[in-house]
Amino acid sequence: MRAIYTLCPDPDSAQHLVDSLRLASLDLGFTENHIVVVSGEPYEGYDFSDRYAKSYMFPLAAVGGLVGGTCGYLLTTLTQKAYPLVTGGMPITPAWTNGIIVYELTMLGAILTTLVYLFLAAPLPTFGSHLTDPEIWEGKILVGVADPPEASAARIEKMFLQAGASDLRRFPSSAAR
Amino acid sequence: MEKTPTQIQHDLLRPMFHSSKRYWIAVALASCLVLAGVCTFLYQVYTGIGIWGLNSPVFWAFDITNFVFWIGISHAGTLISAILRLANATWRRPVTRCAEAITVFAVSIGAIIPVCHIGRPWLAYYLIPYPSERHIWPNFRSPLAWDFFAIITYLTGSTTFLLLPMIPDWAAVRDTATGLRKKIYGTLCLGWQGTPRQWHRLETAMHVMAIAIVPVAVSVHTIVSWDFAMTPVPMWRSTIFGPYFVVGAIFSGIAGLILAMALLRHFLHLEDYLEPIHFQNLGKLLLTMSLLWFYFTFAERLTTWYGNEPSEMAVFWTTIRQNFAPMFWTMVVCNFIIPVPILAIKKLRTITGTCIASTTIVIGMWIERFLIIVPALEHKYLPYAYGHYRPTWAEITLMASSFGFMFLLYLLFAKFVPVISVWEMKAGLHHPAATPHASRVITVPAGSDLDDNPLPGNV
Repeated sequence: MRAIYTLCPDPDSAQHLVDSLRLASLDLGFTENHIVVVSGEPYEGYDFSDRYAKSYMFPLAAVGGLVGGTCGYLLTTLTQKAYPLVTGGMPITPAWTNGIIVYELTMLGAILTTLVYLFLAAPLPTFGSHLTDPEIWEGKILVGVADPPEASAARIEKMFLQAGASDLRRFPSSAAR
Repeated sequence: MEKTPTQIQHDLLRPMFHSSKRYWIAVALASCLVLAGVCTFLYQVYTGIGIWGLNSPVFWAFDITNFVFWIGISHAGTLISAILRLANATWRRPVTRCAEAITVFAVSIGAIIPVCHIGRPWLAYYLIPYPSERHIWPNFRSPLAWDFFAIITYLTGSTTFLLLPMIPDWAAVRDTATGLRKKIYGTLCLGWQGTPRQWHRLETAMHVMAIAIVPVAVSVHTIVSWDFAMTPVPMWRSTIFGPYFVVGAIFSGIAGLILAMALLRHFLHLEDYLEPIHFQNLGKLLLTMSLLWFYFTFAERLTTWYGNEPSEMAVFWTTIRQNFAPMFWTMVVCNFIIPVPILAIKKLRTITGTCIASTTIVIGMWIERFLIIVPALEHKYLPYAYGHYRPTWAEITLMASSFGFMFLLYLLFAKFVPVISVWEMKAGLHHPAATPHASRVITVPAGSDLDDNPLPGNV
């Protein structure tokens, strides 16, 4: 992966730069998907961040809970029917006590589904090389263009500089210019 | 003065890179306790569980006391952290990870204790539901099987709840460390990059987890209480046991959390992060729980006394004014008489004050667990079946070892993980903007001269 990027000191300037890149993207031969923002902390209330806020995690967790609960129900009832204990007239499959297992497995299903969805949607893990810079952990926000077209790389750099980026960098060789 | 992100990063990652001599002395002491426990356990496996003081009719004593105590301590973390997250309490940021770590370690220790108790630990897998070739299945009507499911769920949820917010911090270590450390944390952080998509998914996942973990935490200690409440033993068959145990668990949990925070603050020099306000706020919670605990204890004793049922009164009087009276009144002093004034008077609700109150509460709550279990078992319905229990060196060693193990796990945790969430502290520096900034899109056509529209910041 190659990239041209700069480090913005605050989210306002990052948003400004992202907006500029979006406007210029068609002209410079890349799409919005090539614009990368990387930060060391989450930001809310900015379009570069909030456009990714929508997710299906809550309904999927509920579905996971239903699956877990169904597994709990089947585990208890099928087990009890497979080897019916002598219960002295009490029910072979008691709803009250089985309900506890069903409840716990419902919650376990929801938790595991959330975890799996997080890993798929984030996505994690990714062990290949990815665009980052140690300075993001000092509060700066990386804004860049991933895999810029060779033909327009120079124009993209010029656009960054014209937009006020004094510290333009390249990935993988992140030597400051 | 407000800290910068760089300062926060430096301060909170420092304990991972530099450890004092005191730290290693503490690790050595805790390791000695753990070693003593391991040796005792091996001796017990070799000779049999007869080296414990258990006898008819007291088949549960120190071990189950420790089990209930540690599961209770575990309620400090995930439950409090989850509630504070859901309430979006801003002061939670330095507290949550310390708390979540307590949960994971305490539940793990709690889960080990039944394995010790069964005497033949290599048969512990009998608890796991699997299709046995002998067609012997776990009995899902047994509270012990409920314990298995509850603890597995709670441990899974709590571990996830602890580990997920660590991923970005491990990425920070990866990007700042060198050598082997860089490789290890590079693997641990799963290739975390820090894109907005990842941040949103992580925060949403934490939100879902927080919602799921609160009822699980409540259910776990309710189920632990049902280990007793489902048994026809005097003063055990009580509908109040569920909430009584949950309140006691949260009570002891907060006390444990305050002590852990105070130790971290002192040994890791985190005075700028774990501030007096955190101890004051937790102190207020502790005060509430102390009053609630007293209410439940009073309600339980009152209904027993009013009912005047002979078998229950035998247990009642043995705790109030006979053999176990010194322990009972020590418990009341530790859980109510000492902490309430300290926590109620603002001038006394200092770091030292909350630590003193927490120490007495941890002691008092351990005694409470013991008093729930042993006096009742010693005085089952028929007087000829009464017995007497006295702990042996093996049980005391295993108990001390469990405390040492907790201490050791926490020390090692502080060495390998930032004990305060770095990214959450940084996120606390800025407040979300009131309105979206999408409207700030530059309106000049692409390709035109952008010099007239410099970035708002010094890029």
